[in-house]
Amino acid sequence: MSFKDRAAIIGVGETDYVRGADRSSAELMLEASRAAIADAGLRSSEIDGLVLPPVNISAEEIAANFGIEDLRYAATVQMGGASPTSTLQSAATALSHGIAQNILIPLGWLGYSAMRPKPGVRRESINVPAMRRAMVSYYVPYGAVAPAQMYSWIATRHMKTYGTRYEDMAAVAIACRKNAQKNDRALMKGRPLSLDQYMNARWISEPLRLYDCCLETDGACAVVLTSAERARDCPHRPVYIMGGAEGHPYPADDIAGRPDMLRVGLSYAAPKAFQMAGIEPADVDFLQIYDCFTYVVLLQIEALGLCKAGEGGAFVRDGRIELGGEFPLNTHGGLLSEAHLWGLNHVIEATRQLRGDAGERQVRDAEIGVVTGWGDFGDGSLVILRR
Amino acid sequence: MSEKTVRSPKPTPSPENRLDEEFWSHCADERLCFQVCASCETWRHLPRSFCAHCGSGDWIWKESSGLGRLYSWTVTHQPSLPQFLPDVPYIVAVIELNEGVRMVSHLRGVEPEKLEIDLPVTLEFERVSDAVALPMFRASLS
Ligand SMILES: [Zn+2]
Repeated sequence: MSFKDRAAIIGVGETDYVRGADRSSAELMLEASRAAIADAGLRSSEIDGLVLPPVNISAEEIAANFGIEDLRYAATVQMGGASPTSTLQSAATALSHGIAQNILIPLGWLGYSAMRPKPGVRRESINVPAMRRAMVSYYVPYGAVAPAQMYSWIATRHMKTYGTRYEDMAAVAIACRKNAQKNDRALMKGRPLSLDQYMNARWISEPLRLYDCCLETDGACAVVLTSAERARDCPHRPVYIMGGAEGHPYPADDIAGRPDMLRVGLSYAAPKAFQMAGIEPADVDFLQIYDCFTYVVLLQIEALGLCKAGEGGAFVRDGRIELGGEFPLNTHGGLLSEAHLWGLNHVIEATRQLRGDAGERQVRDAEIGVVTGWGDFGDGSLVILRR
Repeated sequence: MSEKTVRSPKPTPSPENRLDEEFWSHCADERLCFQVCASCETWRHLPRSFCAHCGSGDWIWKESSGLGRLYSWTVTHQPSLPQFLPDVPYIVAVIELNEGVRMVSHLRGVEPEKLEIDLPVTLEFERVSDAVALPMFRASLS
C-alpha cells in the first residue's frame, strides 16, 4: 500500500528570512510553526505528530511549548539538506496509516549567524553523522571541508564527461534571481544578476563561481500535513502528495569511492516517486529543485528523468526554466536567491503555487509540481504534489 | 582574522576507528596500504569491516603501487579553512589507483587548465610530523 493521495499539506508558515537573527533557531522554529498551524486552521495542541530534519530543537520541546499532551509520532530524518523533503514521505506514511492526524514539520537554523557568531547569538551546529568519518579522517587533511568542494568532484566528472557549459550553470542562477525579483521575502530582491556578472565573479572552488553558490540565511519555516479526508475541511485548498521517495548514493558515506559517481541519491528515488504518482516527469508544471549549487540542479534534472544523462545543460537553455517557460524552476528564487531553508521553502513555494496564491510569480494553471531535496554527500529525496 | 586562526596548523587526519588508525599508521611509515579481501581479493577504501563484494570479514593490508589516474577534481580558490589560504589555488583530487580503489588527495605538478580525466599520477608523501605523513600525488611526466 502506498501513501499516494492519502496525505495533504494544509498549512505553511515562515519567519522573516534574514542575515543576522537576534534569536535562536529554536525560537524561530516555534514562531514559524505557530504561523503554519494557524494557516491550517488548527490549534497548536491539535498537532500530534512531529517529523524533524536534524535541527536544534527536540520534538519533546516543541510538544511542551504547544501543549501537545499526546504526541503520537515523532521521528527525525538524517539526510542533511535532503531531510526536509524526505520528512514529507515519513509524514505521509504515518498519516496514511492513521498513526497521527496532524503532523508538523519545522525547519530553522542560523545558517548565517552561526557561521560568524554575533554578540548575543549562541553558536549552533548541525549534526551530520553520515559524513563525519570520511570528512575528518580522509577529506579535511586535504583542505576539503566545504560542500562546494565535494560536490565539485561530481560536477567536474560530469562536466568533463558531457561538456556542460558555464552558460548552462549561469542559466540556473539567473532564472532563480529573476524569480526572486517577484518575491518580497527573497533576500536577493532588488539585486538582479546578469550573465556578465556571473562570468566575472570570483571562483569559489572550480567549477563553481560565487553565483553558483546558495545564500547563507537565518530563519525558519514550517508545514502542517493531515490525511486527505481531513484536509477537505481546512481553510485553504489542500495540496496532495501524489508520490514521494528518498534515495542514497552508493556508498553514501564516501563520494570518492563510488563505482558511479554520477549516480546520485535522486537517481534511485525519482523513478519510484513517479511510479507511485502514476505520471511522467514531463507532466509536472513546475520544478522546485534543491539548489545549494547551480550544478546540482543540472544533475537533478537528469536524475528526475526530464532528460537523458548529460543533457541537463541543454535542458535549461533558451528560457525553458524561467517563468513563462516550459518548466519554471524555483519560482520563489530558491536557495540561490530567496533564502537557504534546506528546501522546506521549496515545499512552501510549491504549496502556494498549487493553491494559486503565488501572486505575480504564479505559474498559470499549475496542477502538479515536483520538489526535490539534496544533502549530505548527495542523498536525494522528492515529493510530487498536486492541487 | 584572529592571531589564533593564523597560527593554527593544518588539520591532520582524525581517525574515527581502529581501521582508520591502521590506514594512517601505514602512511606514517610512508606506505600507502589498502585493505584487500582475503576471500575474493577485492581492494577497498574507505577501510571497512566487511567486503561489500563477497561478505567476507577477513582481510589483509597490501601496499599500493602508488600509480594511478585522475578521476575528478576541484580547484579551490576560497578555502573554508584559513590554514589553506597560502596554497590557493590548490587541486583537491579524486585519484583512482591502478588497484581500483579511489582516494581524496592533492594533485601537484600540473597547471589547473591542463587537468584532464585519466591524467597519470604518481604517489609522493608529505611528512607533516613524526606521527603523520600525507599521501600526495604528482602528475606523471609524459
Ligand atoms: Zn571479498
